[in-house]
Amino acid sequence: MLGRTLREVSAALKQGQVSPTELCQRCLSLIKKTKFLNAYITVSEEVALKQAEESEKRYKKGLSLGDLDGIPVAVKDNFSTAGIETTCASNMLKGYVPPYNATVVQKLLDQGALLMGKTNLDEFAMGSGSTDGIFGPVKNPWSYSKQYREKRKQKSHGENEDSDWLITGGSSGGSAAAVSAFTCFAALGSDTGGSTRNPAAHCGVVGLKPSYGLVSRHGLIPLVNSMDVPGILTRCVDDAAIVLGILAGHDPKDSTTIQDPVKPFTLPSLTDVSKLCIGIPKEYLTPELSSEVRSLWSKAANLFESEGAKVIEVSLPHTSYSIVCYHVLCTSEVASNMARFDGLEYGHRCDTDVSTEAMYAATRREGFNDVVRERILSGNFFLLKENYENYFVKAQKVRRLIARDFVNVFNSGVDVLLTPTTLSEAVPHTEFIREDNRTRSAQDDIFTQAVNMAGLPAVSVPMALSSQRLPIGLQFIGRAFCDQQLLTVAKWFEKRVQFPVIQLQELMDDCSSIFENEKLASVSLK
Amino acid sequence: MWTRAVWLGLRAAAGGRRGFTSKADPQGSRQVTAELIEHLERLALVDFSSQEAVARLEKAIAFADRLRAMDTDGVEPKESVLEDRCLYLSSDNVVEGNCAEELLQNSHRGVEEYFVASPGNISWPKLDEKEPFSHH
Repeated sequence: MLGRTLREVSAALKQGQVSPTELCQRCLSLIKKTKFLNAYITVSEEVALKQAEESEKRYKKGLSLGDLDGIPVAVKDNFSTAGIETTCASNMLKGYVPPYNATVVQKLLDQGALLMGKTNLDEFAMGSGSTDGIFGPVKNPWSYSKQYREKRKQKSHGENEDSDWLITGGSSGGSAAAVSAFTCFAALGSDTGGSTRNPAAHCGVVGLKPSYGLVSRHGLIPLVNSMDVPGILTRCVDDAAIVLGILAGHDPKDSTTIQDPVKPFTLPSLTDVSKLCIGIPKEYLTPELSSEVRSLWSKAANLFESEGAKVIEVSLPHTSYSIVCYHVLCTSEVASNMARFDGLEYGHRCDTDVSTEAMYAATRREGFNDVVRERILSGNFFLLKENYENYFVKAQKVRRLIARDFVNVFNSGVDVLLTPTTLSEAVPHTEFIREDNRTRSAQDDIFTQAVNMAGLPAVSVPMALSSQRLPIGLQFIGRAFCDQQLLTVAKWFEKRVQFPVIQLQELMDDCSSIFENEKLASVSLK
Repeated sequence: MWTRAVWLGLRAAAGGRRGFTSKADPQGSRQVTAELIEHLERLALVDFSSQEAVARLEKAIAFADRLRAMDTDGVEPKESVLEDRCLYLSSDNVVEGNCAEELLQNSHRGVEEYFVASPGNISWPKLDEKEPFSHH
C-alpha cells in the first residue's frame, strides 16, 4: 500500500480497502524503522493519529475532502506549523512553536492530509547536502538499497560498513528521504536555488519547483524573497500535479502570489509529442558534468527525437555568470532576512543583558552556525554603500540578462528545456564534506539556480540508475506559469523511462508486503 | 542532428572555454582589512568565527568580482520576476489579530504586554575597547 500512487491510495481509502488510521500507523512504524536516516526532526505522532481518526469518520460518512484526505505527508522544517516546533535546523529557533500554519500547510490540512512530521534540512535551508543542520545530516535511503549494496559487495568484498553512506543532496534532503523511503506520499520542500530538485535527483523522486508567484510563501521562513518557492516532492509526476493543484492560487497573505484564477487539473496522458519542441542549452554541457549524467541526458534527448519531437540545441549565453549573480543576490537578501532574529520576540536569546546590541550580537552568535553567519557577512559586504552599485545592483542587472535569455529561447518556439539536475549521482558524506558549504553550493546549484532567478517552473524526474546503482534525475524547465504543460511532458518522460523502485527489503523485515507491489507502483502511471 | 553539434561543442570547450568553476582572477581581489571586518561585524551583529572565516569571505568576494567582466550598459536592474504585474494590496480592514498573549508566549523575557529588551542607550564598544568577542 505504501508503494502506491496518491490516486490509488485515495481510491483504496474510499473503497475501504485500508483505513486512514492503518495507513497512518504503517507510516509511523516505517518512520521509526528508518530513524537512522535522520529524515525527520519532529514526528507529530499524536497529531497525525488524531487527524487520521477524523479522516476515518469522514470516509465512513462518504464525505471525503478530496484526493489528499487521509494521506500521510511531511513538511520541511522551515514551514511554520501551529503548535508544532519549527526549528529550521537551527539553534536560533530550537524550541520555537509558531502560532500559525503556513498557507501551504493549511491547504494540505484543509484537504485532510495527515501531518507525519517536520523534516530535516540544512540550517535555514542554506546548503546543498542536508548536512549542516543542528540535528545532523540526512542519509540517503539509496545507501541502504539492495541495488546499491549488491553493487558495492561486488567491488569491495568487505563488510557492510555504514561509514560510507551517501548524502541526500539539499537543502530539502529530509523531505526527499522521507518520500523515497515510503514514510509519506508527498512532502513539502523549499526551492531557492535548487533545494527541492537537487535532493529529488539524488533520492530518485520527483521534485517540482512551481513558477514563482503560483504558490504562497506565507509561513515559509524566508531566505531570498525574490526567489523562494515552496517545492513538492513525490514519487511520481501525477502525484506532484495533484499536490500542486491544491497548493496553487492567490493568497491575500502573500502579495507576491499572482491573482490569476487557478484550479486543480488532471494531467493528460500525452501520446503524440510531434508538436513538442525540446531545447537543449549548450552552455549546460560543462566539463564538470559526469560522463554518466551526460550520457543519460543525451539518451533522453534521443528518446524525444525518436518519438517525433523536435529537439534543438539552444543558447543561454549568460549562463556562466549565473552562479555568481545568484551568489551575490542570495547572500544580500539573506543578510536582510536574517536580521529579524534578534532574540526579542521569538527564538533563542542569550543571557547577556548589558545592552541591546550586545544582546543581539551574542544571541546571533549562539543561534546561527558558521554557514549562516558567513552568508550574512558576505551579504552585508555586498550591500555596503561603496559596494552596492558594483555588486548588488550589478547582479540585479545580470539577473535581467539571464531571465531574458530564457524568454528569448521560449519565444523562439521551444516548449520545454531539458537539462541535467546535478553534476553526478549522490556522493558519500565523507567526500562531500571535504569542501566548504559555499563551494559545494556553487558547484551543485549550477543547473538549478538560473531557474530561480528567472522564476520559471522546473521539475526533476528520476531517469535511471548509474553504474553504481544510484539515481540520476534530469530537469525539465518550462515557461512561466505553464506548470501544467511542463508536468505533462515530464509525465510522458517518466512513463517511457520506467525508473526502478528502490528495494529496501533488507531493512523492513515485516513490511515486505508493502514492496511486493513493485510492478504496480511503476505500471500505475496512467 | 543536434547531438553531433553538441559533442563538437564539448571538444571545443575542453580546449579553451572557461568552465563554471575556473579559478578566481586574482587581479582586483579585495583585501579584507581589520577595519572592514569590524565594520561588517557591527552592521551584521554577527561575528567572524575564525581566520578561516575571513579567508572564506575573501574567496566569496573574489568569486563575486567576476561580475565586473560583464557588460551591463543600458540594462535595468531586475528586482522581481513579477515586475510586469501589479502587487496585490489587501484592503485596509482588520480581519484578524487580538493574539497578543499568544505572541508574547514565544519570547524569553516579557512583562505584562511588553517584550523586554536590554538597555538601548549603551553603544557597541569599539574593537580596542571591547572584550575578545570574536577573535578567540
